[in-house]
Amino acid sequence: MKSILTEEQMSITIRRLAHQVLENQASLADTVFIGIQPRGVFLSDQVMEEIRRLQPEGGVQYGRLDITFYRDDVRKELHIANQTDIPFSLEGKRVVLIDDVLYTGRTIRAALDALLDFGRPGKVELCVLIDRRFSRQLPIEADYVGKSIDSIISQKVKVYWKKKDGREEVAILD
Amino acid sequence: MSLSAKHLLGIKNLTKEDISLILQTAARFKEVLQRPVKKVPSLRDVTIVNLFFENSTRTRFSFELAERRLSADVLNFAASTSSAAKGETLLDTVNNILSMKVDMVVMRHSASGAPHFLAQHIPAAIINAGDGINEHPTQGLLDAFSIQEKTGSLEGRKVAIIGDIMHSRVAMSNLFLLKKMGAEVTVCGPPTLIPRYIREAHGVEVNYNLKETLEWCDVANVLRIQLERQNQVLFSSLREYNLAYGISRSMLDSLHKEVVIMHPGPINRGVELDSDVADSKQSIILQQVENGVAVRMAVLYLLATRDKPE
Repeated sequence: MKSILTEEQMSITIRRLAHQVLENQASLADTVFIGIQPRGVFLSDQVMEEIRRLQPEGGVQYGRLDITFYRDDVRKELHIANQTDIPFSLEGKRVVLIDDVLYTGRTIRAALDALLDFGRPGKVELCVLIDRRFSRQLPIEADYVGKSIDSIISQKVKVYWKKKDGREEVAILD
Repeated sequence: MSLSAKHLLGIKNLTKEDISLILQTAARFKEVLQRPVKKVPSLRDVTIVNLFFENSTRTRFSFELAERRLSADVLNFAASTSSAAKGETLLDTVNNILSMKVDMVVMRHSASGAPHFLAQHIPAAIINAGDGINEHPTQGLLDAFSIQEKTGSLEGRKVAIIGDIMHSRVAMSNLFLLKKMGAEVTVCGPPTLIPRYIREAHGVEVNYNLKETLEWCDVANVLRIQLERQNQVLFSSLREYNLAYGISRSMLDSLHKEVVIMHPGPINRGVELDSDVADSKQSIILQQVENGVAVRMAVLYLLATRDKPE
């Protein structure tokens, strides 16, 4: 196991991501944030915390999306769904999708399909903590990247979250 | 995690974990049904046939809607307008349909055990939509989902099943499910409509007094008198049945609490339920119908994705 980001580095990176998302748009009035279930939500919770600290006047819309029913391998094995909670319309909005690792791109493909069922977004952006370059199976790229990793396919990149795993770290497992 | 059974033949064959998984998945689908686009592409490559050898409005529509909301292709079959009327056997009918590449079968049949028979002979996943006086598992599941949604949990909940227990497949599915999930169950009705050894066989209480039963329960699931399945006289008249076992407003008002009223439909107004009870705030009859679609989506989704060879 090789450590990529320590807890301290992760926290700095997540704060930078929040700043970058804000930098791109002066006002958040037409922006909504969507964390992808289950593990993207740990990142989006922290990004939102930082954004709300920077924009304390509030009113930022934040939801969670589960993409299980939109997977392209839904019948190969059973996937258990998590909760989706998007109590607002996405019609015409700038949507910032947030996930922990961008790998093959298939999760994001499914998420783009799912988003359309909540209205037609004006624009969709993608924010990830880890981008595993050179392993994409679909033409999908992130707009905001915490850290890029060039790992070989057999390796596994694991993001540990305090709420779930008891510690915060990004590591490569062989 | 997946279901332990390949088919949904009855609640009897499910484990507690299976039931929890179905109810949890149903909650996810209930959220899908609140979206602007109430449809997901999960079963895009699945073809499902609805074989209804017995009349149905609610269940057939509910299944069909659930199938379409999952993007499955749907075939409908009604016995009265098919070759079954020309003397074709059940197995021949089903094998002919399956040879057209159908993946799942939803079946209602007046013979108890018909889907169990089919399960032994065909490769497709089978969902029992009611067989004779045996089981109606998706109704049991949607009743449980509705109780959970309304009251918070099934564990320790006091549920009364009132009416024609003898001829009711809904009663059987409810009873199996509620006992497995740790609820307390009392059945209530005229002695002629309650199977004699039900207490010993299923561990439920029996009470022939409606007032006492209502005083005891949190939830009353009221059943229709299944006149079409009764081939002898089991009570003197519907009017007398209503006087002894029909639930009226005044009866509910005399209790010192609010009982949740459920009914699987179709209601015979003025027999088992008076209109002002059926349409009151404490009745969740229409929520049951709404939940039925989400529960059936969950069952179809969980069975379609199980061990599917490429």
